Amino acid sequence: MTRDEARALADRVLALSKAADDTRVNITSEWGGNTRFADASITTSGGVTNVTVTVTVTVGRKRAAASTNVLDEAALKRTVDLAAQLARLSPDDPELMPELGAQKHAAVNAYIEDTANLNPVVRAGAVQRAVQGTGGGQIFSAGFLDVHAVEVAVATSRGLFAYHRTTDADLSMTARTPDGTGSGWASIGSRDWGAIDPAEIGRMAAQKASASRNPQVIDARPYTAVLEPQAVNDLVPLLANALNARNADEGRSAFSKAGGGTRIGEKVCDERVTLYTDPADPDLLGVPFDVEGLPIRRTVWIEKGILRNLAYSRFWAQKQNVQPTGEDIYNGASVFAGAGLKLTGGTKSTDELIAGCEHGVLVTHFFYIRSLEPRTVLFTGLTRDGAFLIEKGKVTRPVKNLRWNESPLLMLNRLEDIGRSEAVAAGRHMPALRIREFNFTSLSDAV
Amino acid sequence: MSNPTRRHFLGTTAAAAAALVSTRLAGRAAAQTLAAPSADPLAIELANEALNVVRGAGATYADARVGRYRRQTIQTRERQVSGVSDEESYGLGVRALVNGCWGFAATSTMTRAGAQKAAQEAVAIARAARAVQRHPVELAPTASVTGTWMTPVKRDPLEVPLEEKIALLIKANEAALRVKSVRFVSSGFQLLREVKTLVTSEGTNVTQTFIRVGPYFSATATAPGDFQTYEHETAPRGQGWEYVESLDIPGNAERWASIAAERLTAKSVEAGQYDLILDPTNLWLTIHESIGHPTELDRAIGQEANYAGTSFVAPPDKTIGKLRYGPEFMNVQADRTQESSLSRVAWDDEGVPADQWLIIEKGVFKDYQTTREQAKWIESLTGVRRSHGCSFAESWNAVQFQRMPNISLLPGERDITLDDIVAATDRGIVIKNRGSWSIDNQRYNFQFSGQVYYEVRNGKIVGMLRDVAYQSNTPVFWNAMDMIGGKSSYWLGGSFNDGKGEPSQVSSVSHGCPPCRFRNVTILNTGRKS
Repeated sequence: MTRDEARALADRVLALSKAADDTRVNITSEWGGNTRFADASITTSGGVTNVTVTVTVTVGRKRAAASTNVLDEAALKRTVDLAAQLARLSPDDPELMPELGAQKHAAVNAYIEDTANLNPVVRAGAVQRAVQGTGGGQIFSAGFLDVHAVEVAVATSRGLFAYHRTTDADLSMTARTPDGTGSGWASIGSRDWGAIDPAEIGRMAAQKASASRNPQVIDARPYTAVLEPQAVNDLVPLLANALNARNADEGRSAFSKAGGGTRIGEKVCDERVTLYTDPADPDLLGVPFDVEGLPIRRTVWIEKGILRNLAYSRFWAQKQNVQPTGEDIYNGASVFAGAGLKLTGGTKSTDELIAGCEHGVLVTHFFYIRSLEPRTVLFTGLTRDGAFLIEKGKVTRPVKNLRWNESPLLMLNRLEDIGRSEAVAAGRHMPALRIREFNFTSLSDAV
Repeated sequence: MSNPTRRHFLGTTAAAAAALVSTRLAGRAAAQTLAAPSADPLAIELANEALNVVRGAGATYADARVGRYRRQTIQTRERQVSGVSDEESYGLGVRALVNGCWGFAATSTMTRAGAQKAAQEAVAIARAARAVQRHPVELAPTASVTGTWMTPVKRDPLEVPLEEKIALLIKANEAALRVKSVRFVSSGFQLLREVKTLVTSEGTNVTQTFIRVGPYFSATATAPGDFQTYEHETAPRGQGWEYVESLDIPGNAERWASIAAERLTAKSVEAGQYDLILDPTNLWLTIHESIGHPTELDRAIGQEANYAGTSFVAPPDKTIGKLRYGPEFMNVQADRTQESSLSRVAWDDEGVPADQWLIIEKGVFKDYQTTREQAKWIESLTGVRRSHGCSFAESWNAVQFQRMPNISLLPGERDITLDDIVAATDRGIVIKNRGSWSIDNQRYNFQFSGQVYYEVRNGKIVGMLRDVAYQSNTPVFWNAMDMIGGKSSYWLGGSFNDGKGEPSQVSSVSHGCPPCRFRNVTILNTGRKS
């Protein structure tokens, strides 16, 4: 959907909602193509096209939303009427903020034609290259190639119009050895399909699988851990909920100050930690506005270990007399989801982080992470697809997977070293980290 | 294994136990349920249009699914509504089997041209897959069926006036805020109506209407430097508004909120080994994770290896009829016919009639969850030729694949209760409701917590605990089960959003069970500060 088509559709909807005090239209137009494979065979693959229109109607201080993917006049009118009806039936919203008028949004070029045109034949060929990358033989491979071209638009009855289009491609693959004792994994994502080398993903997954065969039992206890960038990407974004300003102000966050207020300005982790969101960063290329059309700018959450910002909705920002950071374009799932997230790093490779480790565990990535204790941002989860013992700066042998109970926030206070930041997925840049006393708690028999 | 000195409880057969449960629930779901709507003529027309295209292109099998989904969400916090939304999604998904390979395409353009284009794309995707395919797909036979079905409900939740729904939630929140130290409350509903028409190239033509309700309630109590949240286990169900009313959320909210306040002063648990008494409000999720997922056949043969993981219940020839999962009295039943459950259907997304079968019989693993494609893989081991009817897609725009049916631990023959189990326990912990849950990619090592924990000493509950999580290994854990509740303590929990597959799809599934006791389980303290 082009900018003009999105604007025309938004105008049609706004024209149907003249009776409302305020109307917002959110449009998501999506094409997706995916190819899934296991045992060197494509299992399920598909293509989807869909356009969803969400209408948020305000009547006085009442507000409600309705959405549809049926775009004929009758359905759009029904949806507008339903939103208005739901709004009228709702009680006044004391936190209601008026819809935004025209805004200036950064132009972010995140749409790559080659990615948007990745047809089933090209995808099948890419899968074939990934499988061949394992080196053939008896390695069992399973994986997923997922490609999207998405256009999002926001328009309001007060004259706001925002439009952004983006592509992303993600390829991940798991390789398992025929004896079932080794498993490896590799994954990469980018806005640009051209940045992805399927054969290399296959090679990396197979190498991990072979190296992780016959994992050994070690004591389940805290070890120094070298977390590869993908493992860091599993943990650091978990800070999103804790970064919610309102929760912090209300005394129910790890960033709440004892006695009231937030910990903004306090040192919350190691001074080598800087974490930010910036849609315009060429490494991230995120959506430059949120679900209300508010421009999303560079926001530094943690700078050199000091908490600089929390995520403020428009209402909470007004109440606290600060600038809003905005909410997520994908409706608040995580403040980082659409706008991108980068943990800056140093200059070292993962191998150099390993070389600096006397005794520890190397982690490929994590699995099944769940919150345990919001007061300390404590989570539990397990290592997966390759955990290795490091002795005197060298990876010496594979070890069984380990469960851990650890906090990304507390962990960043036990930082020994930081690698260089690299792309781990579309809109995500993370470095490898070496963490002292990473709290492993039990062994898993899973391979 | 079970303790020889414990009381003896004989296992029940699946059929007997199911009959007991069904009778009990059937009593509530009396007559006056809404009639099942028939298919939208446009849905049939477009489905047939798509099937004509794929047949003409050489597909040996195809199905077309038209879905119209409505989801209403209401969220409140304290004395205000924080969100009301109503979503409609309508479209067509076409699946084609060409040269033994699957292709799937979906469109929201509901015209003949849109249906033709999606059908052509499905064929193109299937043809492209041929280059990367080791074995052609074969489908287990199923008879063609026609008909309509609807979740038995008296009141469609989407037709209940919004004011009534909001008033109920605000009244509940007001009641919760009466508890001293409770400063935050959130409550809400997810209400769904899904109309799904499936037409296959083999002559099946069915239309089903599913109604599901998902209420939630949580309260947070605060103290200087501390906060504790209690979420009540308001199980989502495949039922109508009458189920929401039966929960009496406003009448219970103050009592539920007081649990959050009580947690502030509860004793932090001392880590160690305890006898664990799991209430059904907690155990249902443990069943889901440690029995439901490992017995999915696609996981066992590696098709989920890159995402949800594989399974320790593998390979099929070494586990079917051989793997001891738990004690003799352990019987676990899969059931897509169970009343009030979330995954109840009349036919699955391949037109296979709903089935009921044993996953575990007398403690031994018996059979997997299957679709038509998968049934062939283990037919020689199980003697079962049919699919168990586990095909499901979350929406018209997603391809159907194997999803979990309702899977439940059948009650023991003696009708003992949670109180009886507590009375028989010297040193233990009772856990209620779901808290945190995590399990490894082959379903061995798990760690779960709850919302409320009680310390048991010498057969009595002596106080509330906090900072509790239990960690175990699936086969060890189930073989440590030595007491099981009876039919009157059976309760049906469930999840609205179980994730699986790539791209990830959610499904809704219920799990019933009685309270059970597990000997010598590792308890962790999660209250660390650095």
